[in-house]
Amino acid sequence: MTTATLAPAWTDSKRYLWMLGFTVMLLPLTGVQLAQATGWSIFYWFAPLFIYTVIPLLDWMIGTDASNPPESAVPALESDQYYRYIVYAAVGIEYAVWIWAFALIAHGGLNWFEQLGLAVSAGGIAGVSINTAHELGHKTDPFERWLAKIALAPVAYGHFFVEHNRGHHVRVATPEDPASARFGESFWEFLPRTVIGSVKSAWDIETKRLARSGKGPWHWQNDNLQAWAMTVVLYGALIAWLGWIVVPFLVVQAIYGFSLLESVNYLEHYGLRRQKLPDGRYERCQPHHSWNSNHVVTNLFLYQLQRHSDHHAYPTRSYQSLRHFEDCPQLPSGYASMILLAYVPPLWFRLMDPKVVAHHKGDMSKANIKPSIRDEVIARYRAQAA
Amino acid sequence: MRKWRCLICDFEYDEAKGLPEEGIAPGTRWEDIPETWTCPDCGAAKTDFQMVEVTGA
Repeated sequence: MTTATLAPAWTDSKRYLWMLGFTVMLLPLTGVQLAQATGWSIFYWFAPLFIYTVIPLLDWMIGTDASNPPESAVPALESDQYYRYIVYAAVGIEYAVWIWAFALIAHGGLNWFEQLGLAVSAGGIAGVSINTAHELGHKTDPFERWLAKIALAPVAYGHFFVEHNRGHHVRVATPEDPASARFGESFWEFLPRTVIGSVKSAWDIETKRLARSGKGPWHWQNDNLQAWAMTVVLYGALIAWLGWIVVPFLVVQAIYGFSLLESVNYLEHYGLRRQKLPDGRYERCQPHHSWNSNHVVTNLFLYQLQRHSDHHAYPTRSYQSLRHFEDCPQLPSGYASMILLAYVPPLWFRLMDPKVVAHHKGDMSKANIKPSIRDEVIARYRAQAA
Repeated sequence: MRKWRCLICDFEYDEAKGLPEEGIAPGTRWEDIPETWTCPDCGAAKTDFQMVEVTGA
């Protein structure tokens, strides 16, 4: 007699670890508690300290995980509401902690160093919340799309909602995309180009969309105006409640927060370019048009944003189902460490430029290069390709 | 002939024009496009498209 053995059903070993996505919102709170326990003011800066030291260390210690859920498990994963609820929770916790941090800045009896640290920490979680908004904004459910705009209000980046899906995803890895970094372009050159370019793009996109139904851009249905209005209301309420003291800190935290997001944009497509087809359109975005990472700890904090190739191929796929592909460009470490390198351009170029060249097998005419150095770069590496 | 718009990125598929560069002849009805086809601009699935309501006279 034979007994059939059933293969064990696949379960998501990271199911409960995904809650790290919302625990990161608690960093300012943890920092204040540590500061009060130790008397060390530096802990008011806990969120950036954690992001720049603890996460890279954990990434290095715990390493990568390239395992994928089997395709047969994906429909169940996608319909499991638990994964959505913990993302909603992240928005709720973001707001609670962010507002509480500002109350402390205004009335906590802190000195300027502590106030600034807490503001930067608040900016850190507001910036990471752009990633929460990214996950929500890619969905078609109206509640999730509305929640995405809410998540973007504290960091004053509401136009990301418009520009990301309809600008970046359409023009990704082309010289026309403000959010795709060019070979030879430092993060500090990229930052103004992407910040200004994204606002312009978001405005153009909505202007065109509204024009299709005969409306002008200054209409309440303009998604940019709706999202920016949420920031105005939030900041206005905060100022009315806590006083003008919060204004410089609001500015600082917003700039730090969206710059954090842009440093991640910088990493994701550096030097990579889709090729133009004979009819003038660009080829479809392929797996080799994004930089990826399988470092587990950062993936858990960022809803697997680092599995970037799969995300561009299937933008409505939820974070818990994203897959690693072999032969996709891989970053040498997780985003948290790579951001640190991006801040120091000579280190970034020394580490990443050879990888971009190797990826293109020396034929840099296929790469996305800073225009002022394009010809020189192509010539320099042509010898390698030969 | 109907038009279908991608809910994610606004790409429009016009049945009258088709997508010849992808092997979809002009006049191909939405239902006849393979279910595995995805939006050429952003990769969204067919289920993420919506038929465009005809407006105006």
